[in-house]
Parts: sequence; structure tokens; C-alpha cells
Amino acid sequence: MAEPLLELRGVNKSFGVVHVLHDVDFAVYPGQVTALVGDNGAGKSTLVKIIAGIYGRDSGDYLFEGKKVEVHGPRDVAALGVEVVYQDLALCDNLDIVQNMFLGREETKGLGLDEVTMESRARETLASLSVRTVKSVRQSVASLSGGQRQTVAIAKAVLWNSKIVLLDEPTAALGVAQTRQVLDLVRRLADRGLGVVLISHNMGDVFEVADRITALYLGRVAADVPAKDVTHSQVVELITAGRSGDLGIAENPATATV
Amino acid sequence: MSADTDTASAPSGFDNDNRQAATIGDSARDYLNRLRGGDMGSLPAILGLIFLFAVFSSLNDRFLTTYNMANLVIQAGSIIVLAMGIVFVLLLGEIDLSAGVAGGASATIIALMLIDYDWTWWMATLAGVAVGAVIGLAIGSLVSMLGIPSFVVTLAFFLALQAVPLRLIGSGGSLRFNDEVLRGLSIKNVPVTAGWIAAILIVVGFAALSLWRYRSLSAKGLVHEPLGLVVVKIVVLAAVVLGLTALLSANRAPNPNFNISGIPWVAPVVIALLLFWTFVLTKTRFGRHLYAVGGNAEAARRAGINVLRVKIMAFVICSSMAAISGLLAASYTGKVSPGSGGGNELLYAVGAAVIGGTSLFGGRGRAMDAVIGGLVIATIPNGLGLLDQASYINFLVTGGVLLLAASVDAISRRRRSSAGV
Ligand SMILES: Nc1ncnc2c1ncn2[C@@H]1O[C@H](COP(=O)(O)OP(=O)(O)O)[C@@H](O)[C@H]1O
Ligand SMILES: [Mg+2]
Repeated sequence: MAEPLLELRGVNKSFGVVHVLHDVDFAVYPGQVTALVGDNGAGKSTLVKIIAGIYGRDSGDYLFEGKKVEVHGPRDVAALGVEVVYQDLALCDNLDIVQNMFLGREETKGLGLDEVTMESRARETLASLSVRTVKSVRQSVASLSGGQRQTVAIAKAVLWNSKIVLLDEPTAALGVAQTRQVLDLVRRLADRGLGVVLISHNMGDVFEVADRITALYLGRVAADVPAKDVTHSQVVELITAGRSGDLGIAENPATATV
Repeated sequence: MSADTDTASAPSGFDNDNRQAATIGDSARDYLNRLRGGDMGSLPAILGLIFLFAVFSSLNDRFLTTYNMANLVIQAGSIIVLAMGIVFVLLLGEIDLSAGVAGGASATIIALMLIDYDWTWWMATLAGVAVGAVIGLAIGSLVSMLGIPSFVVTLAFFLALQAVPLRLIGSGGSLRFNDEVLRGLSIKNVPVTAGWIAAILIVVGFAALSLWRYRSLSAKGLVHEPLGLVVVKIVVLAAVVLGLTALLSANRAPNPNFNISGIPWVAPVVIALLLFWTFVLTKTRFGRHLYAVGGNAEAARRAGINVLRVKIMAFVICSSMAAISGLLAASYTGKVSPGSGGGNELLYAVGAAVIGGTSLFGGRGRAMDAVIGGLVIATIPNGLGLLDQASYINFLVTGGVLLLAASVDAISRRRRSSAGV
């Protein structure tokens, strides 16, 4: 298998007295969709936010393309080429699609904004992702449906020639047709060579697009396996009990090793 | 969440997305849809202005005279400038209750510099604006770094800043404000010829810019308005600018032996500020970030925007504009007294911004809102003054108008979130 693009080693994270992540190892490979699964509260969103630079980590290493890096905030992470589509979408309703896609990274020309470049690039990106459902790139985001917003958030993430895109439950609030669109989009990103991390509770979605599955159980990695080596019910067991047959962590999580 | 009707439609590729509303009729329909969806913009203010003009002109002959119209422009000046500053904090969903008295304190400093230190008008003005900026810096820092609600911080500043003129002037006293240039902003007029030249330049400049923009956007295949709408906008602007210039260029002296004509100097000051802040809000990264923070501060933070800095800057701009507003108010009355800025000024300005279409909930507003809303608000005391009404009426009406504007804002916000505009 190729060298991971991004790797976390032995990451711990506590909020006050709550120890949320225990010695977590996590890797993202180019051209692959890694599904991050786990029950509510397992620590998936926290792990994503650590990767995104929103939370610091208490211990552990952050490696990018094999080298240790120090990240101190969302900007550092974006500079590495890592983009995050958050569970709570993080779009500004009062701005239009172009404005949202370039938020915080606006193109300028002379004294002012370069709307021409921004609008053209936004349109190109949406077209390259075969997005078909948006009426106009100058529509305000408030007027978009859930699936369209998700699409804009994903397009925003790939606009920057990013190497890794993390999607936190991108299909949770979507209907059947919209979920279809988003999953197709996720697969297309990986086929372009990006490393994609997909968080989802839906095993159907996971098995459809994922190449690897990493299961979190109470803040510990229960398994990190190729998707084709496990079955639907094994993954469900890993999520709910932390182990399944010879996979997973030992009975007592406090003394367990993976 | 809005219904997802679009999923099945639009079979074409994305390149076939809408780039322009095909005709002016389509634009009109778009506009009506936006209105229905609660995106009212300045429409309530324009209707309100027409209503007030109709009422006051039918009740009093003097209301529509050119003399009174010029007066209205001068009276509106300080309200508009204060409101323009307030727009910046309202855009973030914050409030600055101290802006009025910040203007009073700054005007006191300007007057003292002029009188006691013989500073030139522009040095004194800079000092006053600097005082405003420092006040804004203090407020902004307390709000954004300590996280104290702006309502509380600025209420404290509202009380504390009133001490400045009281201490420096003494109760019952006042400072005369008779610098030729600064006082002249309110009592002198732009020479008629120069006024016409400026008006024509503005119209020609606006027309050229709009047409150039239309051509380059349509040539590059970017989203743009239909040509018809561009032309209508140019015609409306030309009518308003040239009409007002004609009105103000006529001799308006009540006594036929005198000649008072020309655009009051306040107007070019307001227009310059309007152009500058409109540019900042719509064409710069800072402006974009202001809207983003007001729309969704967490999204802005995750996009790498320095939310703290944006907030502080908004308060700095607001208080600096308050200083200019205080200067214009002093220029109008010819004096600064301990109570300057502590009266209705702030509520007038907030009312003006909100009536003009700026939302109290953040994320929506323009510099132009302050101008339109400021004219509405200034019309009320102006018209009531001509009717020789007891001043309590003025308070009642203005309070009512502010409440009405806030209700329109709240209702349109509700409609927006249900219509998803
Ligand atoms: N900012 C925070 N402060 C305190 N506790 C938190 C915070 N964020 C998450 N947690 C806790 O961390 C645990 C993992 O949460 P999260 O990462 O959101 O789980 P998941 O996304 O897998 O559902 C939960 O117990 C949650 O209550
Ligand atoms: Mg989560």
C-alpha cells in the first residue's frame, strides 16, 4: 500500500476530565476513501477537528507526507492541502455560493476583490464535479436545499487543489437522491487521487464507497481494515462492542492494546 | 430547511447555469419574489419617505420649499453619518449604544483644539476622529476579547463618555464652534457651477462604470444584470442626483433680497463617505469578512478569518464615524455643550440604519441604507417642527418609527428563513 498522505500517531485528547481520544492512530491514503465509523460520542468529530487544527491535541504526532508537522490552526492545515466539510456545514447563509467557496481566501486584484477570477473558478470547480443542480453561482446559500449546500461545501473543499478532504457525516440530513449525488461526488474525489475521509453511520454508504474502514470505540481505534476484508455485521459489532471475532480491542478497554 | 425541488430538474451540465435574468421583466419578477421572501431592502424606507413627504406637504406649505429641503439635507447629515457607522456593528449583530456620546466627546475635543490650541480645522478634525477610533478600539477589545455583550459594554461607555464634555466644558457651559471651514459645512454651500459639475461627473461616472461592468461581465460569461436594468438604474440615479442639484441650485432665500443657493457642503461629505464605505463593504476582503462574521461567525473562524480583528475594526469604524457625525452636529448648531450626543442621536441613527434595510440580527446591510433611512428619520423632526407641535409628539413618532422598523426587520427575517432567500 502507498505511503499515507496524513497520519496521526498515538493521539490523546481530553476536554477537562473527559478523556475523549485514547492513543489514536489514524491514516489517510491517496486515492482512497477511508470511512471513519463509530457510535455517537465515539470521538469521530473530535478527531476530525484535531486534524483540521480547530482543537489542539494533548499528545501524539501529526505527520503529513511522512514528515512531522506542527499545526496551530485551520490556516496551517489548509496550507497543507487538507480541507474539512463539517457536520454543521459552516457556510454563511447571507453570502452567495462564490463568496462562500472563497471565504477567507478571496482573490484580490489591485485594491479590491477579483470577482471575475473567483466566479470563473467556482463555476469550473462545480462543473468539474458534474454538479447539475445549482441554478446560479450567485444564488445565496440560504436558498439552497440540504444536498446543494453539502455540494457547495464539498466544492469549496476541492477548489484549493487539496490533497485530503474530510467529510463529517455529509449525508446525515439528506434524502435518497441527494445522498446518491454526494456519494458519487465522494467517489470521484478519490478517483482523482485525493485522500478522502468519510464519517458516516450508514453502513450501506460506507460499504459502497469506502476502501478502508477505521472503527472508533469509546475514543479508541477498534480496527483499521480494508473494506473488502470485513462484513457489514462485523463493522456493526466493532462499532457497538469494540470487537468482532479476532478484530478489535480486548475486553477491558482500560488495559487494551489494539 | 427548504424543499429540495431542484434535485430532479436541470438536466443540463453546470455550464448551462443562469448567468443573467433574461429580460427586465424577469428581473422585476425576481425582485418581487425576493420581496415576498422577506428581502425588503430599502423599500420600506422609500415608501416611508414618500408617505412622510405626502403628509407633511399637505399639512404645511413651507415643508416642500427649497429652503426647507436644503435644511432637511443639512439636518440629515449627522444622522446619516452616525447611522453609517452603526451599520458596521449591526452587520456583526452587535450594537453600539455609546456612538452618540462618542460623537459628543469627539466634538468637544475638536472644539477645544480649535479654541484653546488654535489648531487648524483639519488637525482638530483628525484629533477628533482619533478620539473616536480609540473609543472604538476600547469597546471592540472588551467585546471581542473578554466576550462582554456589546450591549453592556457600550451602555457603560454611554454613561462614562458623557463625563468627558461635562468635565471639559462644565455643566451649563458650551463651546462655540465657529471655525470657518467646519461651521461652513452646515451654513455654506458649494458654488452652483461646481455643484453642477460634480453632479454631472457623478452621473457620468456611475453610468460609465455600470456599462463597463456590464460589458466585461457579459463578455466573460459571468453572472450579470440585463442591460435594461442597468439602464434603468442609471436613469434613476441621474434623475435623483440632477433633480436634487437643480433644487438646491435655485435661490432659496425666504427674503428675496438675499441669495442662498448651491448644495450644502454637508452633502459632498456624506457622499464621499458613502462611496468610500460602499467600496470597503462590497469590494474588499475586509468587507466580505464583515458580512461573513455577521452571517456565521463560526464558519468565518473555520475559514481562517480573524474574527477578533474584524469585530474590533467594526467598532473602531463605528466610533470614528460617530466623531465625524458629532462634528457635523456641532457644525449645524454652532456649539458643543455637555449634553451633545446624549439625546436622541443614537436612537435616530439606529432607527435610520434599520429603516434603511440593515438587519439588527447581523449579516445584512449597506452604507446606502444609512442615507435612505437617515433622510426618513430626519424628515420627522423637520416636518413636525414646521407644524409647531409640542416636542413630546416628536419623541412619540420617532419611537414608533423605530419600533416599526425593527418589526419589519424581524418579520422579514422570519420570512427569509422560511422562504430561504
Ligand atoms: N468541546 C467539547 N467539550 C467537551 N466535551 C466534548 C467537546 N466536544 C466533544 N466532546 C465530547 O467528546 C465525546 C466525543 O464527541 P464527538 O467527537 O462529537 O463524537 P462523534 O462525532 O463520534 O459522535 C463526546 O462524549 C462529547 O460529549
Ligand atoms: Mg460527530
